Amino acid sequence: MPTIDDFHAWPDAHGRFGNYGGIYVAETLMAPLAELTEAYLRLRDDPAFIAELDRDLKHYVGRPSPIYHAERLSQHVGGARILFKREDLNHTGAHKINNTVGQALVARSMGKTRIIAETGAGQHGVASATVAARLGLKCVVYMGAVDIERQKINVYRMKLLGAEVVPVTSGSKTLKDALNEAMRDWVTNVADTFYIIGTVAGPHPYPLMVRDFNAIVGREARGQMLEQYGRLPDVLTACVGGGSNAIGLFHAFLNDRDVRIVGAEAAGEGIATGHHAASLAAGRPGVLHGNRTYVLCDDNGQITETHSISAGLDYPGVGPEHAFLKDAGRADYVGVTDEEAMEAFHLLARTEGILAALESSHAVAQAIKLAREYPKDGIVLCNLSGRGDKDVHTIAAREGVEV
Amino acid sequence: MSRIDRRFAALKASGRTGLIPFVTAGDPSPEHAVTLMHVLVDAGADLIELGVPFSDPMADGPVIQHASERAIAKSVGLADVLGWVTAFRQRDAETPVVLMGYLNPVEIHGYARFAQEAVQAGVDGVLLVDCPLEESAVLQPLRDAGLQQILLAAPTTEPSRMAQLCGSAEGFLYYVSFAGITGAAHLSTGDIAARMADIRTHAKAPVAVGFGIRDAASARAIADFADAVVIGSALVERLAGAEDAEEITVRARAFLVPIRAALDAH
Repeated sequence: MPTIDDFHAWPDAHGRFGNYGGIYVAETLMAPLAELTEAYLRLRDDPAFIAELDRDLKHYVGRPSPIYHAERLSQHVGGARILFKREDLNHTGAHKINNTVGQALVARSMGKTRIIAETGAGQHGVASATVAARLGLKCVVYMGAVDIERQKINVYRMKLLGAEVVPVTSGSKTLKDALNEAMRDWVTNVADTFYIIGTVAGPHPYPLMVRDFNAIVGREARGQMLEQYGRLPDVLTACVGGGSNAIGLFHAFLNDRDVRIVGAEAAGEGIATGHHAASLAAGRPGVLHGNRTYVLCDDNGQITETHSISAGLDYPGVGPEHAFLKDAGRADYVGVTDEEAMEAFHLLARTEGILAALESSHAVAQAIKLAREYPKDGIVLCNLSGRGDKDVHTIAAREGVEV
Repeated sequence: MSRIDRRFAALKASGRTGLIPFVTAGDPSPEHAVTLMHVLVDAGADLIELGVPFSDPMADGPVIQHASERAIAKSVGLADVLGWVTAFRQRDAETPVVLMGYLNPVEIHGYARFAQEAVQAGVDGVLLVDCPLEESAVLQPLRDAGLQQILLAAPTTEPSRMAQLCGSAEGFLYYVSFAGITGAAHLSTGDIAARMADIRTHAKAPVAVGFGIRDAASARAIADFADAVVIGSALVERLAGAEDAEEITVRARAFLVPIRAALDAH
């Protein structure tokens, strides 16, 4: 078993991060998951695969993304320097493409001809439809009916890219139900279908694979910090729904014990109201979507409906590696309300000319709070995981503006 | 010998194929949940699979998803299900009851507490769909208390793993007849027969076949090579919306009696 001292050694061979992770699926999926694990672990060390992935990330995604010192925002806040890792500048507008480019190459290598995906905010759906179009694969995206309504632009983008978007009307009609439905599709069509999970959840090897493909964010940022600032940041922050952009930024820094790590979960209308999606801050260990992790559920074990203004954070579970980091005391997870995220969205827009995604606005709000805790020469590095174009209608509606 | 083992031994001795109906506990009506269990036995059930409602039934098709949603909307939880088994046992000490569901409700209830309460209620086994053999260490308190862990085997199961599953099976092995979700309809008896021959070389436990069995004809076809057949979605669909005890009784009997007859004529 890996030691607690080396955070880069996890998960173990069975996909466990301490007490979390694992493979909690029906028997029918055990063989496909074993096949995927075998294929991924082989490709992960294959120089040809690595070279192709690097080429795609450079020439198709547009990596590396810069780190940007938000001087006017930092001045306005009056604390430490706030730096953004600009994942919003990637092709398709978010970090999600890092993962889908990687998984699409795995899918092609395994001879699969059909891609399925679940999506909440639609960014992962768009990123999946994008790579499927590029590789000539059929693509079906499952999306909760509620999310389809609040993310219309991304639904249309997926259709323009040639994907079929299937509305999910079971349960709470949001991301968790879309994941259930995608899993049902996969178990039925496993021979020709590759399931691209969009976050660091699901059964092993997904939390490992999705983290690996997003870890480029932190690797780049760590190098950029040393090169441009000659030091590491004092603190990292990122928003956490399933947790893929957050683990992407955090992972390269996990063994740098002097770098503090804070994840920002969606506190919705406030954790005390019960209308939130803060699984780590307010949930308990349970089993959902193939892994053991922190979940939001009632005393009967029923997963509870979550609330967040941002569809991408509206998820009652969280990646098992985050659960592990929380219990190990390596990262803290705190709630940011809808209101705080909206304020941060506007402040960033007016001081820096950047429209952040509502998901990322939670991280911006947390970065602002953290900046106040440090002196002016301190550095807060925040993952600006996506751009806000997709959210313009949601924001207008919330503020009573007709667009 | 457990109640499940005794039941399968009796079936074997009389040359009959077992009939295992699945119903979602609390659907169509929490008030008549115990009545429904007795009706199932009267209509020919050899063992009852009682589904514990869960909000995120990843392996289930729309019929059982909706049944779960209806039961949860009426606040049905694990404690209710255990209460119904307790009540059922007052009149029926012989018919084995297996709880089928997902891990989270048991995890949240607490494994040790669940084990004790389930045994006390008269539950004989558990089939936790999302808890494969590899993760079943958490179920040790259940085994210690005497609950049998029913394992699934699937068409996708590798041969080496099949031997392992057969070796670990308690009570009976549940063979999922096709790769898919509950309630789908692509039963291929040829494929099942071929795989069952392989399972028989390893399995000491009896083998039940489920998924896709909807009526007397499909049940009889499966009976050629199974020790028992499991019928879930088709029954749940038939019962949906039945409002009183009489209607539940009429519908359950109309559905199960012909299947029982077909199995016995086999």
